[in-house]
Amino acid sequence: MALSTSSNFAKPDDAFRAVVEAHRGLNDEQSADLDAALVLILANHIGDIEVLREAIVLAKRRMLDDGQQQQQQQQQQQQQ
Amino acid sequence: MAQSKTQFGYRHHPDQDRAGGNAAEHPVVVVGAGPVGLSLAIDLAQRGQPIVLLDDADRIGEGSRAICFSKRSLEYWDRLGIGQRMVDKGVVWSTGRIFHGASQLYQFDLLPEPGHKRPAFINLQQFHAEAYLVDRVRELSAIDLRWRNKVTGLEQRNDHVLLTIETPDGPYLLRAHHVIACDGARSSLRQMVGAEFAGQVFEDQFLIADVRMTAEFPTERWFWFDPPFHAGRSALLHKQPDDIWRIDLQLHPDADPVVEKRPENVRPRLARMLGHEKFEFEWISLYKFQCRRMEKFIHGRVIFAGDAAHQVSPFGARGANSGLEDAENLAWKLDRVLRGISPEALLASYHLERSAAADENIRESTRSTDFMAPGSRQEARLRKAVLSLARETEFGKRMVNGGRLSVPSIYCSPLSTMDTEAWRGGPRPGASMPDAEVSTRSGISGYLTEAFIKAGKRFTLLEFANGAAIEAPDDVGVIRIGEDGLFDSAGLAAARYDAEPGTAYLLRPDGYVAARFRRPTRPALDAALARATGNI
Repeated sequence: MALSTSSNFAKPDDAFRAVVEAHRGLNDEQSADLDAALVLILANHIGDIEVLREAIVLAKRRMLDDGQQQQQQQQQQQQQ
Repeated sequence: MAQSKTQFGYRHHPDQDRAGGNAAEHPVVVVGAGPVGLSLAIDLAQRGQPIVLLDDADRIGEGSRAICFSKRSLEYWDRLGIGQRMVDKGVVWSTGRIFHGASQLYQFDLLPEPGHKRPAFINLQQFHAEAYLVDRVRELSAIDLRWRNKVTGLEQRNDHVLLTIETPDGPYLLRAHHVIACDGARSSLRQMVGAEFAGQVFEDQFLIADVRMTAEFPTERWFWFDPPFHAGRSALLHKQPDDIWRIDLQLHPDADPVVEKRPENVRPRLARMLGHEKFEFEWISLYKFQCRRMEKFIHGRVIFAGDAAHQVSPFGARGANSGLEDAENLAWKLDRVLRGISPEALLASYHLERSAAADENIRESTRSTDFMAPGSRQEARLRKAVLSLARETEFGKRMVNGGRLSVPSIYCSPLSTMDTEAWRGGPRPGASMPDAEVSTRSGISGYLTEAFIKAGKRFTLLEFANGAAIEAPDDVGVIRIGEDGLFDSAGLAAARYDAEPGTAYLLRPDGYVAARFRRPTRPALDAALARATGNI
């Protein structure tokens, strides 16, 4: 796998906070605009289509997992 | 509004007087006298094949329709003997500008290097191109062009195709060994072989207006996203010959075509765009388009080319140009099959190479269209990000997609001999030959593409001299660079072909690279030639 998923920041909290704080004071629409620009800037910096594709697969798996979790929760609720 | 530019007479042909069971027989019948059918007929006739060319109309279509003809198409038309006439009439351009709102985002040059015979593009109304092609057809006695001959029936037999043709004098029958269907997007032959095709329909409507005016705009392609004169949509401005300007406006999917097409509704919109009202309408048309291709370009003895086989969005000039690439790809192969020097199977490579090219053209033009008309809120958001990043970053500019203009495909083909030596550049097997300025020993300037024509528009060995040359096989032309051959004074040919003394390229009759060698040997050359002609 070309995509690095090991921890690359010396201070991961700084990286997380930097992104969180970038969104501070923005409404949802503005936040979505910011994310769109940020994704494109970072994708270009990586400059490797395979890494980008792997990142997309990894990111999309979250949504699948979330969906499955919801489904499971619904099923559990129905059983209860 | 412009009416048809050229009218042709229907003429009764003796073939029409033959009894049904005794239908005349022809090796090749080409159906459709548009740019693709005409070019293909000329190419085959120049190779010595007699051609019957049928068209259901008796005049060249009205409206300018296709206007951008690529360098590759011009090089093909040079081989057909009409390139110069097209260029003399056409508007030469290579620069495009992209605007967002009122300001320019960036500009690009499609041919930034010198030493090419032909420019990146010319703009020329399709009816001019067709008229010049018809003139060329008339010089070739091998082409029998029959106007108002409409194919209404097609029956595939074991060793021929039986065509029913409707004329003003009633129907008649023709037998053809091969039928080439160049009868356009609404191809009736496609229906006759039962090969309707599905594809993606784009819901956005586009309005084309050709207006006549004298204007100071430069001869460049101008494309706007969200211009002040057409908020929220895109627009395109292009210059054509005769003081005609092509304007392309994206409309809302729900716009009423009848209302939108009325000159009184188009006029104020263009007046805002141009900043004045001193223009007259030549042609107004409204269109939606589809991106699709036939699954198979060859159905028995019927072979499809151009819009009949594949359709793309117009952004990128990939319609007519890809049709002409079909023609140059098919002509030499069909000629060899008809001569019996290549097996029928060689034609299968036409489908392989050109259907892959169609896929590439569809992919590119679909991406452009999607960028112009984002399909979801998030897609629109990403586009907005790209357009705003383009103002201050180079990568943003490169991501802005206002149409990726037609360049020839690189074929991944069974006809190509794979490289076994080290190359740092140059066209790889399956790529089209780059041009370069060269000169004769006596100092007369010329081009590689011209040398290719002089060498016979056939399989040609392009060799960079290194003492004794290898003997070329029969029927293979030779272009020699260096020593007693052409003089590569600026080193352009050597640079563009990554050539060292001894380097040799085997070029196909359509000017694509079949094989290349650092140290060519006769057996290696023979093997490459056998592969490229389907004789292995």
